[in-house]
Amino acid sequence: MKKVTAITLSLLLAGASIGNAQKVVCKIKGSDTCLPLVQQESETYQKKNAGSSIMVTGGGSGVGFAAIIDGTTDIAMASRSMKMDEKLKMTEAKKAYKEVVIAKDALSVIVNPSNKVGQLTREQLEGIFTGQITNWKEVGGADLEIVVYSRETSSGTYEFFKEHVMSKKNFTPKALLMPATGAIVQSVSQTKGAIGYIGLAYMEKTVKAIKVSYDAGKTFIEPSLKNAKLGKYPITRPLFFYYLNTSENQLSPFVKYVLSKEGQQVVLNVGYIPLK
Amino acid sequence: MPEYILKQKIQQSTMRRKWFKIIEKGIESILFTSSLTTSITVILIIVFLFSEGIGLFFSKPIDKDSIIGISKQNTISKLSSGQLNLIFNQDVTNWKACGGKNDSILLLSINTLSTYFTEEELGSNFENIPTKINEFVQKHPGAIVSFSKTYMPKQFAGKLIEVNNVGVWEFLSGKLWYPTAQPVAQLGVLPLIVGTILVSLVAILLALPLGIACAIYLAEVANIKVRNLLKPLIELLAGIPSVVYGFFGLIVIVPAVQKLFNLPVGETAFTGSVVLAIMALPTIITVAEDALRSVPRSTKEASLALGATHWQTIVRVCIPTAKSGIVAGIILGIGRAIGETMAVLMVTGNASTMPHSLFVPVRTIPATIAAELGEAPSGGLHYKALFALSIILFIITFGINLSVGFVKRKNNSN
Repeated sequence: MKKVTAITLSLLLAGASIGNAQKVVCKIKGSDTCLPLVQQESETYQKKNAGSSIMVTGGGSGVGFAAIIDGTTDIAMASRSMKMDEKLKMTEAKKAYKEVVIAKDALSVIVNPSNKVGQLTREQLEGIFTGQITNWKEVGGADLEIVVYSRETSSGTYEFFKEHVMSKKNFTPKALLMPATGAIVQSVSQTKGAIGYIGLAYMEKTVKAIKVSYDAGKTFIEPSLKNAKLGKYPITRPLFFYYLNTSENQLSPFVKYVLSKEGQQVVLNVGYIPLK
Repeated sequence: MPEYILKQKIQQSTMRRKWFKIIEKGIESILFTSSLTTSITVILIIVFLFSEGIGLFFSKPIDKDSIIGISKQNTISKLSSGQLNLIFNQDVTNWKACGGKNDSILLLSINTLSTYFTEEELGSNFENIPTKINEFVQKHPGAIVSFSKTYMPKQFAGKLIEVNNVGVWEFLSGKLWYPTAQPVAQLGVLPLIVGTILVSLVAILLALPLGIACAIYLAEVANIKVRNLLKPLIELLAGIPSVVYGFFGLIVIVPAVQKLFNLPVGETAFTGSVVLAIMALPTIITVAEDALRSVPRSTKEASLALGATHWQTIVRVCIPTAKSGIVAGIILGIGRAIGETMAVLMVTGNASTMPHSLFVPVRTIPATIAAELGEAPSGGLHYKALFALSIILFIITFGINLSVGFVKRKNNSN
């Protein structure tokens, strides 16, 4: 009797480990840009691997980093890399971490559909967002005051835009800081002189994307999936997962899934740029 | 009655009285403990708030490990955090503007290393950076360098700039709020304070007359069918979550304000006040209306019997009698208007500039704290700055409650 039970049990266990279900229970917190993508990935993963429970919340890349430093999240998803002082805090707390690039994103600059302006150079964008250029007529549009919309300082999108498009200069204090990308889309669609920036996945028909030139006006490139994949669109950035080395074993099935062909297909479906 | 039965009855009643005394004492001590716990919790919260916030004025607006240095040949010896911010933001490009010689400012930081040195010069593991920093500072008298301790040379060949602690006056009167700026954070909260007071004041001015008028209408003037329809509707409004109000404000009120007043942008202080007034109204109306309805009928009828008209009764008799209830409604309404965070966050635009009129975007203190506390690492500079802001908010709210209470006491003594 004992022998039979032992053999059945071991067969069952073997069967369970042969099966594909790899349970992952974790919390993911951070970038609002990564949010739609990671939510979709976690849903498809949870459907295939019963028993997994992956909780995804937004708040901004800064919130994700603060959470992983405090230990209140397993994975911090981010649309920018860790800042110097955040890295120092992790080393002080003796938490060794790993950084994994999961997808790429293109930042598109949007204006109201009624705006005649369809292309801007990087220098003009810098001037507009730092407050040097205040009227659309200075860049070839109508005589209308420019209303600048931006994300809050906790956003990775904010930091990336500041670093790459504005050469690390501060935003104008008159910029309206909206709490979420969805609010920026809503506001730009209903304000004639508005300009803002969003991740490509949040693009809607109610706003117009602007072509950007990084070579002082020689070529203007449209923010589309194709251009971003080909590497032609200049405002592209990697999206990251940060997690502690100690939780690597527990999290690696999910991370491997995101990097796999299936996971990258989800990336493409949601509107981001897959890694290959 | 036989004696022994009498004795039994007296014993039973004394026993009962003793029991009641014990139970009374027990209930008293439970009530005492609960009020003690509540008071202690409130005091602990206030102490926590002050201890975290006051810590701001003992810390520097610069990262603990960040060091700023200038060339030994530079005549300047001190730079304020405002000047440093202008320099690193490239708004000021000549030392003359800071009181030094007529020389252009050359910034060297971890991001601008590549403009002055090639990768081979810096070394494969960036080990040559300290020597390169010293080289740079000795070669260029107009240089200013900013690096973390790990990259700064042990023997720095220039002058180190000491950044002062955040000053109270600088904090309260500064006009720029950039708490995450590198290397020096700009912490000036005047636009935030003015924005908060402006939005709350206008919201109260909008909500009070409307709310009390509506309460008077519902209590005295409306016929019973109208009152039975309106009162539950208004009480329903009080239960709607504030995020829904914010969403409604963003989609309906913001474009409406933009079209009505022909503004370039609909997210303004006025929009915030309108949304806050809509949120405070149900509270004021419900409490004031209940107070007015609790005026004894005999008082009203006595006034009418003496020859007063309906309106004279309302103004001279009902309102003064219901005064304490109306004031309670006002305090609750004001409290809701000042502390409301989510709705204001979504409709005022959160631009930290000094509002020169009612129809420009503003940034309020509760919205700032809500939007930024999530990313501020516990115990850091940004965190302490947000707690200092909450102290200011606490003082504003406390001051308003005190003054309303003072007015009430003055009226009572009259």
